[in-house]
Amino acid sequence: MRYLSDFRDAAACAALAERIRRLAHGAGEMQFMEFCGGHTHAIARHGLRSLLPENVRLVSGPGCPVCVSSQGDVDRAVALAGRDGVTVVTFGDMMQVPGSEGSLQEARALGADVRVVYSPADALRLAVDCPGRQVVFLGVGFETTAPAVAATVLQAQRQGITNYSVLSLHKLTPPAMRAVLDAGEVRLDGVIGPGHVSTVIGAGAWRFLPEEHGLGCAVAGFEPADLLLAVAELVRMVVEGRPEVANCYRRSVSDGGNSRALAVMEQAFQVVDADWRGLGVVPASGLHFRPELADLDAGARLALPKLESREPAGCRCGEVLRGVLEPSQCPLFGSACTPESPVGPCMVSTEGACSAHYLLREAG
Amino acid sequence: MLRSLPAEGSGVSERIRLAHGSGGELSRRLVHEVFLRYLLDPELARLEDSAVLSADGLDGACGALAFTTDSYVVSPLEFPGGDIGKLAVCGTVNDLAAAGARPLWMAAGWILEEGLPLDTLERLVRSMAEWSAAAGIRVVTGDTKVVPQGLADGAYVNTSGVGWVPQGRCLGRQRVRSGDRVLVSGCLGDHGVAVMLARQGISMSAHLVSDVAPLHGLVQSLFDAEVDVRWLRDATRGGLGSVLCELAQGANYGIEVEEQSLPVRAEVSGAAELLGLDPLFIANEGKMVVVVPPEDAAAALGAWNSHPLGRDAAVVGRVTEKHPGRVVSLTPYGTSRIVHLPAGELLPRIC
Ligand code: SF4
Repeated sequence: MRYLSDFRDAAACAALAERIRRLAHGAGEMQFMEFCGGHTHAIARHGLRSLLPENVRLVSGPGCPVCVSSQGDVDRAVALAGRDGVTVVTFGDMMQVPGSEGSLQEARALGADVRVVYSPADALRLAVDCPGRQVVFLGVGFETTAPAVAATVLQAQRQGITNYSVLSLHKLTPPAMRAVLDAGEVRLDGVIGPGHVSTVIGAGAWRFLPEEHGLGCAVAGFEPADLLLAVAELVRMVVEGRPEVANCYRRSVSDGGNSRALAVMEQAFQVVDADWRGLGVVPASGLHFRPELADLDAGARLALPKLESREPAGCRCGEVLRGVLEPSQCPLFGSACTPESPVGPCMVSTEGACSAHYLLREAG
Repeated sequence: MLRSLPAEGSGVSERIRLAHGSGGELSRRLVHEVFLRYLLDPELARLEDSAVLSADGLDGACGALAFTTDSYVVSPLEFPGGDIGKLAVCGTVNDLAAAGARPLWMAAGWILEEGLPLDTLERLVRSMAEWSAAAGIRVVTGDTKVVPQGLADGAYVNTSGVGWVPQGRCLGRQRVRSGDRVLVSGCLGDHGVAVMLARQGISMSAHLVSDVAPLHGLVQSLFDAEVDVRWLRDATRGGLGSVLCELAQGANYGIEVEEQSLPVRAEVSGAAELLGLDPLFIANEGKMVVVVPPEDAAAALGAWNSHPLGRDAAVVGRVTEKHPGRVVSLTPYGTSRIVHLPAGELLPRIC
């Protein structure tokens, strides 16, 4: 933990904040996107925005896996949970996301069998412990969680476990970043690259940002000093006019990523188009099981219905996720939409931009 | 078969959810909008850990009775550092101690689930006996019910407790003043994290056990040191954060917490980081929070630090005139943020 406390050192953070101020002084307005919901949360939790000079702004991107799950996907999960003999297993933050017909949490209050686990391995264990039930794990997450889910599926196949399957809603982050940039709705001067995701895919995966878009990228960890260092690097790149990929999270991220995790993912999944809340269908941005694993694919096995999904009325999550709208600019923010009764998913997950802005408001 | 789930707006959100029991914002609303709406007693409305009922004048008595009730629901029934029997005794003792009372008598009602092994029950009851003897509270009445399998998590315990508050001892939020200091008696979140990990079958570290303990002695040490105790609270379910939010709510003062001064074990902050939880809101079962005048803060800290259950006690914040009704956390980076009651259950996040 001593190690961690170094990255929380107040003096180091003050020095970094000073460096940012000096570098940015006299330069024009700059806007950086923190792609990752974990970063959104950390920035709000430590109040880092108020340490930045006025001409350096941070906007949140689509990097919260719960928030970007489409309404249709949430509805399918709720529908599955309502079936006899089916146990739906999920991570905690999916529980409260409102679908067209209520959330998983509400389905549970009405008698559906929905369980919360801390890891996909727990879900597989549950399947082994309850042979009489079909255990369906909601595979929600980015490159960070996909390898662990893939591992459980391969294990289930090896061990011949027939009552475990996964509804794979996994998504890939670089295509989403491209989609945000291609939409051209938000002017960016650089990107804070996601830390955990880059641990798996490698800092090199972000090279298209400087090469194709002329944007700097700084891959960051989740401590205050990590994030401030990344911002300092991005400001430096803007001022020098030399965009590149800076790896500010070397204690965890290498250039090529984690080859074992990538291999497991490759073994279980194939890349498909995926439907993102806010971005719509993004080509080659989702992960489905390879045909030889179709038996473990909940969608194929349990014949999921096509559902008519309604986005919550008035919710502007889509624009928030694309970085076009600040959470507080949504008319429902803090009035009709609060963490106790969220209208959209961005108010649910601790990594959602709306919830981070609401719960971790800086005190004036 | 698809079981039909009611559509939006047809009362789905008006059912009890687990989050209503978490000690967060939904629990607060449930209490205010349902219970206090019909149960109008002013003593209940104070929402303290115990009701303090004046005995003055009752056949020549002086002082007051402290009266409390609580229910214990924990899975697993036995966890690192304790079990539900010990938990029920300590919870009752601590609710009484938080009223400044000497714990005297308690009642225990057991709701047992069909199938619970008898030797498990025996261990739990033995533990209740041992800890009530150690805490000097007598279990003087009780009850047992058995429910069919699947209707309870092994066993639930409901307790009531009675204690005696010496004459002239007066604690309460109305006595809190701007400038007062807030102390917590030790490391935050040990119980919540230990139980969460036990539930997952993970043993992270030998040090990480529940902090469940009877705190009447710790509280008494404040009175022995002649500290002017303004307000005391047992920081259980919703953690220190919920206790402070409740104290500030509706008051014309605010509370500032120094993030850096919060005592948190490295194992707990590591696990909390991993699970996406804030130690401020993780449950404790052996931590008192006290508000004292600034001039008594050193004496209070000294009294606690020299007690075995208060070695890690710390001054963590102050009552201020700024931002009335709010708890604000001051970070080491010179920034600050509003501390907000969590909306629902504490749930682990994805990554
Ligand atoms: S405030 Fe609520 S309704 Fe508005 S964008 Fe955020 S989550 Fe959606």
